[in-house]
Amino acid sequence: MNYYLRRLWQAVFTLVVVIALTFVLYRMMPGGPIEQMEQRMIDEAIGSGQDPDLQYIRRMVEIRTGIDPNKPMYIEFYEYMRDIILYQDFGESINSGDPVFDILFYAMPWSIFVSVYGLLIGFTANIVLGAVMAYYEGSRFDSGSTIVAVVLNSIPYYVGAVIMLAFLSFQWELFPTGGRYWAGTEPGFSIEFALGVLHHGALPIMSTILIGFGGTALSMRGNCIRVMGSNYLRVARLRGLSDSRIATRYVGRNAILPLYTGFMIGLAGIFGSSIIMEQIFTYPGVGWYTFDALNQRDYPLLMGILIFFSTVTVIGVLIADLTYGLIDPRASSNDREGF
Amino acid sequence: MADTDIDTEDDAQTVTDGGSGGAQAFFEQAGDYQATSTSRKDRTYRKLDLYVFAPFRVAWSDWRARVGISIIVFFILLGTVGVELVEEPLMNEGAPYTTWFQTWEMPLGTDNWGQPIHKMLVHSTPAILKMALAGVLFAVGLAIVIGVVAGYKGGTVDYVLMTLTDIIMIIPGLPLTIVLLAIWQPRDPFVVGVVLAIDSWPSLARMLRSQVLTIREEEYVEAARAMGVPTRTIVQKDITPQLMPYIMINASNAAQGVIFAAVGLYFLGFLPDGGAYNWGVMMNEAYQTGGALANPWRGGHWLFAPMIMLTVFTMGLILFSQGMDRVFNTKIRARHAKTVADDEDELN
Repeated sequence: MNYYLRRLWQAVFTLVVVIALTFVLYRMMPGGPIEQMEQRMIDEAIGSGQDPDLQYIRRMVEIRTGIDPNKPMYIEFYEYMRDIILYQDFGESINSGDPVFDILFYAMPWSIFVSVYGLLIGFTANIVLGAVMAYYEGSRFDSGSTIVAVVLNSIPYYVGAVIMLAFLSFQWELFPTGGRYWAGTEPGFSIEFALGVLHHGALPIMSTILIGFGGTALSMRGNCIRVMGSNYLRVARLRGLSDSRIATRYVGRNAILPLYTGFMIGLAGIFGSSIIMEQIFTYPGVGWYTFDALNQRDYPLLMGILIFFSTVTVIGVLIADLTYGLIDPRASSNDREGF
Repeated sequence: MADTDIDTEDDAQTVTDGGSGGAQAFFEQAGDYQATSTSRKDRTYRKLDLYVFAPFRVAWSDWRARVGISIIVFFILLGTVGVELVEEPLMNEGAPYTTWFQTWEMPLGTDNWGQPIHKMLVHSTPAILKMALAGVLFAVGLAIVIGVVAGYKGGTVDYVLMTLTDIIMIIPGLPLTIVLLAIWQPRDPFVVGVVLAIDSWPSLARMLRSQVLTIREEEYVEAARAMGVPTRTIVQKDITPQLMPYIMINASNAAQGVIFAAVGLYFLGFLPDGGAYNWGVMMNEAYQTGGALANPWRGGHWLFAPMIMLTVFTMGLILFSQGMDRVFNTKIRARHAKTVADDEDELN
């Protein structure tokens, strides 16, 4: 129990540090939100032939961004955290004026849809492939698949995405070139809408699969071969256990164990890569808004997005850590003598 | 090699507890023997042989490592010698949007300004190599220091360093680096490389730490500690050399990560190109101005050529790291691969 509490505390601490770090980073961003908005309002005033009233503009900027330049940063940070925790208030997007929470809330399901499906399909396919390769170790199938896995692993996912987009969407028009669902369909529980979502999501999911493809299969293969050579497996065979039991409980379980943590951390990596991916596929998820927010210096939105990414990662790692002891009883305690 | 140095220096003062003169004489003899047989040049060669030549000779036996090393060497030559041989591309050297394999002077065609693609590819390589080098040195150096110190020292130092590592590991890498790059807008490839490698050291640091945890319990480390060898020396001479294969594998992975991310960000136009040639910038221009996606028969060659270069380079790095992994994780380091005889052979 003590271990779980410590892990939980560590996760919360990490999250706070990450948020604080990004908070400071964004304040240091040149052409930050305050400067930029001030400049825009001055330009507007000059454009409409008025004399810009600096006092008034400063007050307006303060109200709209919620940033008071006179307050020290730690008080602002405290207030920011208080708003998030007590009122789920992440501020408002400078550009669109919508609450950041709403923007993220609507964009999130799409990113999660693409990432989780991509990761699950990719991971399952990799594990099955790796196991089969290990079973036929040394055969022509094994060496052929190894080469394919290495080649696929070498293709950066965005290159894969661009090639798929160029041929499957633009040339052969099998898939739409962007968007999340058909413009004519109404979001809801209808078959046309669901098919449209699948059709639009297919390419992003396929290139998400590409991200980790090959690498996991090769390590699964290596793990399987290592386990298959161990003594306890020979004992199991001598005890007359059935092949299926040996394959699943003895080989499979032990070979997947080292990959488990990688799966949880991979989830975070895939969310991160969605920034590039969703831009290529013009798929308006969280990553797509990140790109926009960065270009426009939309500071509250960017903060919200980074908190979202960090939370996903922290939760993923936490789940991996907390459940690892359950699936691998050997995960030893870390009582070591210090010197 | 490490302990022979210590022997030769300290022999005169070595006094064992209750040791007899005979034992002393034996140590002295062994010390004299070492001192006469190894000159400085010889020692340097042995060190190089142990850390550099032998691993490469062993790695060379695996076809992946062989192909990987060849590809990496090819790109390094392209970025150093190739830049001297191939002139910088000029505008209007050929007709704009010439596709590949039309003329002998421009086998890969031209871009919208009539600059030959193959020259642009060659002149992009140094920037990519610089980014990879900076990223690797930064990530691997930091990982070695943090991982080895945390693993060896243990206790509070370990706890603090590993908490720090965990925090950095959890910070979403790509979003963070994109923000950092947006703040600094660096043009220098070395800076870009370091920023992109910011999130690639924690995993290596953790891996090294767990390796050190097993090595530190070995008898010879305990013996060194009992002899009063300073921690610094133990870490440098007894522990770090054992980690070389891991370090090399991860250096290759880090290089791959940096190149992946850098080209991707240049491709999306996140980074200022500063007028320098770069595979990512080429892809970006082919995509934006060349309309290579909608019309691959017009601008496709411009978009796909840098992509192929990128993929081949990453493939070289991956093959290298896999070959190394295969060779070194079997823990059977072929003795015949060494050119210098083993210590035991020499003493016999």
